[in-house]
Amino acid sequence: MKPAAFDYHAPESLEEALALLNEYGYEAKLLAGGQSLIPTMNFRLARPAVLIDLNRIKELSYIEKNGSGLRLGAMTRQRALERSELVANHAPLLHETMPFIAHPQIRNRGTIGGNIAHADPASELPAVMWALDGYLKLQSAAGERRVAVQDFFVGMFTTDLEPEEMLTEIEIPAMFPRSGWAFREIARRHGDYALVGVAATVRLDEAGRCEDARLVFFSVGEGPVEAQLASDALIGELPGDALIETAAALAAEADIDPDGDIHASADYRRQLARVLARDTLRRAFERTK
Amino acid sequence: MENAPLFSVKVTVNGQLFEREVEPRLLLSDFLRHELALTGTHVGCEHGVCGACTVLLNGEAVRSCLIFAVQAHGQEIVTVEGLTPDGGREALHPLQEAFREAHGLQCGFCTPGILMTLIPFLQEHPQPSEGEIREALSGNLCRCTGYHNIVKAVQLAAETLRHG
Repeated sequence: MKPAAFDYHAPESLEEALALLNEYGYEAKLLAGGQSLIPTMNFRLARPAVLIDLNRIKELSYIEKNGSGLRLGAMTRQRALERSELVANHAPLLHETMPFIAHPQIRNRGTIGGNIAHADPASELPAVMWALDGYLKLQSAAGERRVAVQDFFVGMFTTDLEPEEMLTEIEIPAMFPRSGWAFREIARRHGDYALVGVAATVRLDEAGRCEDARLVFFSVGEGPVEAQLASDALIGELPGDALIETAAALAAEADIDPDGDIHASADYRRQLARVLARDTLRRAFERTK
Repeated sequence: MENAPLFSVKVTVNGQLFEREVEPRLLLSDFLRHELALTGTHVGCEHGVCGACTVLLNGEAVRSCLIFAVQAHGQEIVTVEGLTPDGGREALHPLQEAFREAHGLQCGFCTPGILMTLIPFLQEHPQPSEGEIREALSGNLCRCTGYHNIVKAVQLAAETLRHG
């Protein structure tokens, strides 16, 4: 299993990389951490004519405070996020998720931008960024635009990125007061693709009623799947066990439509989704206190 | 397709500087084995699942089948050969000694990758719990041992390394 030949470019600046992308467009693939792209090239499932290696572009690797939120450079390694105090303090949901992404050897290379732009339906970060109401900065030689994470994922391994565009920054908004969060996934072995996973964020109003709730699943569809009916059931209500059970059941039975495969049947995935939704909502509401 | 242009790679491996001309598609794992004849790094699945090809890149464990050799230009690599500069004639590294002592290997194919995964892990976790050890090993497949003796070997190594 060896990759097919390609033309290799290793630009040292973002400007240079965007110029190359503008020149080669569809023919080119961007090489970030390579932990998904290189396996597909080794299998020759991907045979890009041109590879633009982003690993020498230092300006794309950073974790910065943005008010009370964060800005993350697309080439920031997953391991750096896992170890970051800023992430632990300002995006605790992301901090809680990081150890579940593959294995340390993968996180040492894998980047946040590469992971999100790859749009793997089994990936944790797209769902987490969705639950956090994140924004993505997409840049090309012609300019830039800012896209809500919810509008970025078009389908399986498919995003809103144009061939000459690059995801360069991820923006995580500040947490509101009285916010709670939780992440859980079930995998056969720690670090494997999850059978089902979910990221939950909730917010209470001053009277203690649920003002906002997002339950975003992964590994149950073509991309992150937000449980809208479950959110509707929660919003405006006082959180409690019965309400959480109702929302979890709606999420598992009505909001998602998982497929079965050799790892888990569709029914089993629904059952896991219900249990994970219940547990994460419970934990998220506890954390609002 | 015409021959791809070659790229010059200068890389420090186990403390020694090497310079080679390579095709950009050459994986680091193949570079180590075929260009430098360092065959201690094993190639198992070649798609990032088995962990047999794990080496240290600037001190961090990475899968050498998921990096191109050109990307290692100017960087520092340590392979399993780097654990015993004299080839283990005088003494094994304490981690290797613990694997021998606790029967942490059978066929040995996965062992180099496991050792290189554990070097930075034990630096970060000098007193690891069994759970932490199993989690650290989750990215390395061993089809012989059932992992029990590997876990014992890591516990033994941690103890030896703590007490010098």
